[in-house]
Amino acid sequence: MKTAASFEIGYQQYLDENAKPVNDLPAFARDEKSLMQMYADMQFLRVLDKRAVGMQRIGKMRTYPSSLGQEAVGIGAGGALNEDDVVIPYYRGTGMMLSHYIHAHEILLYWGGDERGTCYKDERAGQDFPIAVPIATQILHAAGVATAIKLRGEKRCVMTEIGEGGTSEGEFYEGLNVAGIWNLPMVTIVNNNQWAISVPSARQTKAQTYAQKALAAGVDCLQVDGNDIIAVRDAARQAVEKARNGGGPTLIEAICYRLGDHTTADDASRYHDPEVAKAAREREPVKRLGDYLLSLGNIKQKDLDAVEDAAKDKVEEEVALYFDQLENHPQKAADMFDYLYAELPEKTRPQREEAIRREGK
Amino acid sequence: MDAITLIEAVNLALASEMARDESILVFGEDVGLNGGVFRATDGLHAKFGDDRVMDTPLAEAMIAGLSVGLAAQGFKPVPEIQFMGFVFPAFNQIATAAARMRNRTRGRLSQPMTIRMPYGGGIHAPEHHSESTEALFAHIPGLKVVIPSNPTRAYGLLLAALRDPDPVLFLEPKRVYRLVKHEVEDNGEAFPLETCFIDREGDDITLVSWGAMMHETLLAATELEKDGVTVDVIDVATIAPMDMGTIFESVRKTGRLVIVQEAPRSGGIGSEIAAEVAEHEIMSLLAPIGRVAGYDTVMPYAKLEGQYMPSVERILEEARRILDFS
Repeated sequence: MKTAASFEIGYQQYLDENAKPVNDLPAFARDEKSLMQMYADMQFLRVLDKRAVGMQRIGKMRTYPSSLGQEAVGIGAGGALNEDDVVIPYYRGTGMMLSHYIHAHEILLYWGGDERGTCYKDERAGQDFPIAVPIATQILHAAGVATAIKLRGEKRCVMTEIGEGGTSEGEFYEGLNVAGIWNLPMVTIVNNNQWAISVPSARQTKAQTYAQKALAAGVDCLQVDGNDIIAVRDAARQAVEKARNGGGPTLIEAICYRLGDHTTADDASRYHDPEVAKAAREREPVKRLGDYLLSLGNIKQKDLDAVEDAAKDKVEEEVALYFDQLENHPQKAADMFDYLYAELPEKTRPQREEAIRREGK
Repeated sequence: MDAITLIEAVNLALASEMARDESILVFGEDVGLNGGVFRATDGLHAKFGDDRVMDTPLAEAMIAGLSVGLAAQGFKPVPEIQFMGFVFPAFNQIATAAARMRNRTRGRLSQPMTIRMPYGGGIHAPEHHSESTEALFAHIPGLKVVIPSNPTRAYGLLLAALRDPDPVLFLEPKRVYRLVKHEVEDNGEAFPLETCFIDREGDDITLVSWGAMMHETLLAATELEKDGVTVDVIDVATIAPMDMGTIFESVRKTGRLVIVQEAPRSGGIGSEIAAEVAEHEIMSLLAPIGRVAGYDTVMPYAKLEGQYMPSVERILEEARRILDFS
């Protein structure tokens, strides 16, 4: 029999599990300042997540999905975007959102149960989508935005993100299919954190990689070490550059490990093997980059500690903004009605009046 | 001016508004060269080109999801779902994204789109090609659901849908696609949404319907008039959000109401109209509210379809029961 098609999936890694370079680093990673910035961005996300989970435990936050152990995926990929690109985030997209001018207090507001969290006040995030909660719907939104960009002949791109479990959804394939056939400027990041709530990756697909799911749609794809932010950033930069220049879509599967629960409503101890989780903690991305920075000689532990302290201060500022909105400027009952349509239908107006009348009673 | 069918009126409105509004994009399955399986988009590809009239891969969720992205970017997507029976993969996108984008971004992003699809029975089509599931969509806050009953209204209401800043489902009663012809002037004038049409005025009873059933309803009204009964006939047209004021006013005049719908009886638009009238106008009523509807059954295949569809006879029977009540 002849071979009708064959394929191979590339795997990209710059820093190995011991934070030793295994390849010549890309130019941006030879600059200590830019590495320190990536370290700071990941620390900020880690501190923010910890604070949000802590707030949830004392009733100051609703259900919250932490990115613990996955910081290099969202920060690594999102950091490759330009101001005029568009982010279509999913519920564990905090890192990507923060990288594209969506403020931490807005993300806290969203998970705190306040719709204003998806207003996105920064103009550079003005076209970014609210968080997609229904799994894989965001892939199609990304395809739609990318179609708009292509029709207008703009030099911009869209980036979206999905968990490895989400790739089992039909809409994931439908989105990649149209991205391929229409050569859309779209970068899809698969955060392969090994778990879809309690279902392990091994029960999600028989394919050897998630990356290869894109191949069937003719979309370029590769796998990267999702604990190595240099690998993620490098792959994302190339994908973004290609998309913006008419080269079409790319899918990047970033392999990491979800070190925490699915969300605060979950208890991973019911299904995580503690030994596997312990081993995964040794590979985690913040430590990986920190160890590499220390190995360079110029940067000391106290410098890394200072980065963490600065992140804590910045997170507290954002938490203060979150509480200020919730406590001093809460939404009104009328807000339920005032953004439903451009103009509230006649039939619904008495309901708005009723809600206002009952408010605070 | 030539008289045109409902499907030609849809085509006319699309061509007319696409020439005025460059942000309109028509896409879906077979809408390009083929002009749609019912020819709703006939000639549009030749006129407006590849960038504005696009054949998509065969995937309804994708068609709806693509619309969400395009609309958020300022385009005005006008996707076609080939038959309403196949809209369900797209339901997720319509309900969880399109309907609520304006609300969940507190007005930052909006979703001006018109999702067109043929619906309803009566043409002896295969399974899944004949259902009337308009109530499923009318139930979702953030959507508008518009149903024309004749060529004139198809033109004017489709223009209104295309100009609306929010997502509109435009359901085309395919039994009526080529049933009647109207002289429709391409004057670019839209009809208002959220407004009932009064097709006939009388004092004794109010008949309310929408879509294809307007034809049976009007025929029944004619029969009743032969008995000296005068009838208010109302075409709801926009079933969500509904114009209840016109229906209340009519019921205050006639005191008797019969609602006619092709969809299954329970939990439908007729139920909502009945509930609203009972809540607000019960003291105006001289008789119970009557409903004529499809049965609460799976839509039968072609052979039993005639047994399912509300007929003039069924409407007359119910109208006479309500007229004779007291």
